[in-house]
Amino acid sequence: MQLALSTDHLAKTYSNNLEALKGVNLKVKEGDFFALLGSNGAGKTTAIGIISGLLKSTSGEVTINGLNQKKYSNEVKKMIGLMPQEFNFNPHEPNIEILINQAGYYGISRKEAKIQAEVLLKKMELWDRRFDVAQSLSGGMKRRLMLARALIHKPKILILDEPTAGVDVEIRQSMWQYLTQLNNDGMTIILTTHYLEEAESLCRNIAILNNGELVEQSNMKKLLAKAKRQVIIIDTIEKISSPIEISHCDCEVLDENTLQVSQGEEVSISDVVSALSGQNINVSHLRSSQNRLESLFLSLTS
Amino acid sequence: MWIAYKTIVTKEILRFVRIWVQTIIPPVITTSLYLLIFGGLMGGRIGQMQGIDYIDFIVPGIILMTVIMQSYANTVSSFFMTKYNNSFEELLVSTTPNWIILLGFVSGGIARGFCVGLAVTFTISFFVEIKTFSIIIITITFLLTSVMFALAGFINAVFARTFDDISIIPNFVLLPLTYLGGMFYSIDILPSFWRTLSAFNPIYYMMDAFRLGFLGIGSVELWKAFLVPILMIIILALLANALLNRGVSIKTE
Repeated sequence: MQLALSTDHLAKTYSNNLEALKGVNLKVKEGDFFALLGSNGAGKTTAIGIISGLLKSTSGEVTINGLNQKKYSNEVKKMIGLMPQEFNFNPHEPNIEILINQAGYYGISRKEAKIQAEVLLKKMELWDRRFDVAQSLSGGMKRRLMLARALIHKPKILILDEPTAGVDVEIRQSMWQYLTQLNNDGMTIILTTHYLEEAESLCRNIAILNNGELVEQSNMKKLLAKAKRQVIIIDTIEKISSPIEISHCDCEVLDENTLQVSQGEEVSISDVVSALSGQNINVSHLRSSQNRLESLFLSLTS
Repeated sequence: MWIAYKTIVTKEILRFVRIWVQTIIPPVITTSLYLLIFGGLMGGRIGQMQGIDYIDFIVPGIILMTVIMQSYANTVSSFFMTKYNNSFEELLVSTTPNWIILLGFVSGGIARGFCVGLAVTFTISFFVEIKTFSIIIITITFLLTSVMFALAGFINAVFARTFDDISIIPNFVLLPLTYLGGMFYSIDILPSFWRTLSAFNPIYYMMDAFRLGFLGIGSVELWKAFLVPILMIIILALLANALLNRGVSIKTE
């Protein structure tokens, strides 16, 4: 399958000598839903900035759908839709004008842009607010406006930098659904997020940056399989009166009805439940204490 | 490219029209005050300048000062604001070439210079009868002046980091140069040293050509009055385009 994006030894050193990227080789397949993770200052936003043309790289190459970014700048720009982390629109401009103007910058006629803007604003539930100025929108609405703006020229690759930061749960779910639908329709999506469960549930492939270096690039399932231990919290029906022992697990009694189990890779959840049952303790509820991706992420970046 | 250009120009025009209380009304009030004080109250005592009634003599200068300040103000404030709220990134990620961006912002400056200049001319017409000697000279001088100062405003905005940085040049450079460029007097009445010094002020040439267009009087040969702003425009346009291409203060280095 053709690569939608590849970077070859991409490096960026800022004028203050900060090395934000140290020769990163990223590969994103066409049609992928790709997570680019990293802690604050890892280089995610710098990488996205270079890929989308906002920043200049110090060295290295970016190739989008087989086209070199420097050589085919305009063709590459047409293929990319960027939703940046920070709000970057004129807050005094009406929402619909923000979309129509953005389309105009890509050479799309006002007539055509109006049609596309209507579709997107309705999709983002902002149609009723189309004539309001952007500064009057809530944080979540502004994010949706930026998503609509990123899609106005129908890009092949959508880059989302923290798209759901500050968005309430309901809107986040609907954004996830919409992004999944876009991806199912063939759009390549590159996502950076601090919500690791978001990356885990949406993305098929993942890369992790740490201090400007790529420390992991893999299939999500394969990566998660690397997570050796999972910590689960178990609520019990019976009171726990004595210490609990389960083979290949570390157990800690949190209170008389709550147990924390650090589960070894050779043990399944049903093994844990059976072992407890054998000790006359029945499980009422169980939940994951820490996301598996979160554990991996911490181990790779700490 | 044409669509992108049209988009930027439309956006620029809508911007200054939307804030007409800040962009159109103040110059109209200032103009009225100039005419009232320098023309009406003091003009009678001054009498004539180069054989023209003083109130008529200052009219071209007042209009041109408005064009200079408004063309400059539009690009400097608009481009600085796009940097300030990061909305310039909308253009950076798009396919719009840098020279179209520059042309769009400069055209916005010309449009504001024209609109406010027209509003001021209309206001002046209530005080004095506006005479015209050559519409062609007036039009060419207006275009050269507004293009030159729109470009200068753009370059100012590129380097500006704070709101103070966008008001220093208009207040401390442009206004004095305008006053010293023969807005209220003929350069011919100056002592020889000051007359020589005025020759280094580009506004002097534009002012002279504009006055020639309105009143038919001038101190400088017309070709020279056009050549100076044309040279300035070429230099400023090359500089502004180079700054955009290098991404100075736009793309983080």
